[in-house]
Amino acid sequence: MTAPVEDGRTAVQPSIRGPAASDPAAKRWRAPRRRISHRNQGWIYAAPTALFVTVFFIVPVLLVVQMSLSDWSLFAGNRGFNAPENYVDAVRTRLFWPAVGFTVKYTVITTVILIGVALGMALLVQEASRWNSLLRTAFLVPSALGLAAASLLFYALYAPSGPFAGLLALVGFGNGSVSLLGTPNSALWSTVAVIVWRFAGFYMLLLLVGLQGIPADVYEAARVDGAGRWQIFRHVTLPLLKSSLALCTILCVTGSLLAFEQFYILTRGGPDNTTVTIVQLVYNVAFQGRNDLGVAAALSLVVLLGLIIINAAQLRALRDKER
Amino acid sequence: MLALWRNLAVPTQRVLTGGLALIFLVPLVWAAVASVAPQPGTAQTEGWGLDNYARLAGYQAGLTRYILNSLLISGMTVVFTLVVSLFGGYAFAMFSFRGKNVLFITTLAILMVPYATLLIPLYVLLNGLGLQDSLIGLALVLTMFQLPFATFMMRISFESVPRELAESAYVDGCGTFQALTRVLVPAVKPGLITVGLFAFLAAWNDFIAPLILINNPDKVPLPLAVANIRGQVMGVVDYGATEAGVVVLAVPCIILFLILQRHYVRGFMSGALKG
Repeated sequence: MTAPVEDGRTAVQPSIRGPAASDPAAKRWRAPRRRISHRNQGWIYAAPTALFVTVFFIVPVLLVVQMSLSDWSLFAGNRGFNAPENYVDAVRTRLFWPAVGFTVKYTVITTVILIGVALGMALLVQEASRWNSLLRTAFLVPSALGLAAASLLFYALYAPSGPFAGLLALVGFGNGSVSLLGTPNSALWSTVAVIVWRFAGFYMLLLLVGLQGIPADVYEAARVDGAGRWQIFRHVTLPLLKSSLALCTILCVTGSLLAFEQFYILTRGGPDNTTVTIVQLVYNVAFQGRNDLGVAAALSLVVLLGLIIINAAQLRALRDKER
Repeated sequence: MLALWRNLAVPTQRVLTGGLALIFLVPLVWAAVASVAPQPGTAQTEGWGLDNYARLAGYQAGLTRYILNSLLISGMTVVFTLVVSLFGGYAFAMFSFRGKNVLFITTLAILMVPYATLLIPLYVLLNGLGLQDSLIGLALVLTMFQLPFATFMMRISFESVPRELAESAYVDGCGTFQALTRVLVPAVKPGLITVGLFAFLAAWNDFIAPLILINNPDKVPLPLAVANIRGQVMGVVDYGATEAGVVVLAVPCIILFLILQRHYVRGFMSGALKG
């Protein structure tokens, strides 16, 4: 009477059955109908996923490659093959190199500050206590907000008549109506501040998971060996936290390289196009002014390629260090 | 630094950490207060009141219209994501079928391709499907972006259900579908709540997908409408209406977050552990 139970297992690993299984008569005798239907039913349940992935992911990826090789405008549509013109155009676009430079600069600054702040916060609240869980909640609340809502909130905070300008006047900067988004540098740092505020709790949470994975006896052993707190942090915590830190870095670098909303809302690329990111450039080429989907597709594939190279390099650096 | 910190008295530590926590909370409180406070250049110039909200409510197609758009988009995204990832997670965790690993890895690969790279062809594709400017089309696209996390989450949820539970249902004569609805759905409920919460927050907050896919100003969701309201009054930015809009955007997210905080945290943690 164990047949149905065994049946469930063999659906996963049919090859473990004995020679009797290859005999069609014996197969039918051992309640095979369910086994056979079980195997096909996997596809029935996976079908919605397969449909979504095909229509909204695989087809668009193929389409974007085709668009990048074609003369394809927003309103006129496909006007035939023109490769490699779009790629040449994309790299020659006036703002291409400034946008790449700015995006990389923004990514480095954001990643360093965000991971540093998040690590400090994680160390601060790692021990379980009621106060610490209140702190964690407070740090996490901003990450429930959308990036657009957070950017709009800080847009109002940064207003010339807003509280930040007033604060700056109090400590002697400006006359109380400076625009924090007015110069290239202040626009950059003001945006970084929004991102740190919005994401620090999220990265703190990821690092807390890593911290909680470090066994207590490792710390104990280090203490017995006479290590100081700094030494423990430097030689025990940091190395054991490396995979969590790497995950945070990869997420943060990827997210920052693709920055769009924060700059679209806060600076609109200004002042004087000094804060145009690469994704903003893609958007502008496609939908603002030029309306050239072909060049935008080529640009966005260049971005994808750059992203793959950067992430592969990060993963390789991580693996080399582990050796 | 660390030694210095440990030597501080507990009350001093609390004041410092509490101050840090305030930095995270004050901007939110400020937006709520500023939205009802008097401020020149806004609808609320004298005394405290809700005039900023009144202006927001009367903006173009009306606040209720934008909230309805956002609710429809978020609701459809949550339903689509739950259905697809429930069946998908069941298939990936409990069945073996040809192409299973390829399909699973392809689903996760959605994460690797930048948003903008996919939205440009999706704009063309939705036009081809007759779904241009439609909330359903937008919800389908947002569902696709949720699938890597949702499928992954539901797969590990099903995998953590004891195998005997499903098998005993089959022994009792349940088909695979009955076993799913009667026995397994209750067992994976925490996973479903996490997936639903994330899908709602992502869809409610999304900005770039509707920016590209929705042209009809009456069909835009709330974040886009609030972003558009800024420069409407003769080029002068209406900060009061912006603050009111931020409050309307943020309140549902914060309430959901506080109610379902445990699921929210667990969602990140499971992703972090396996990712």
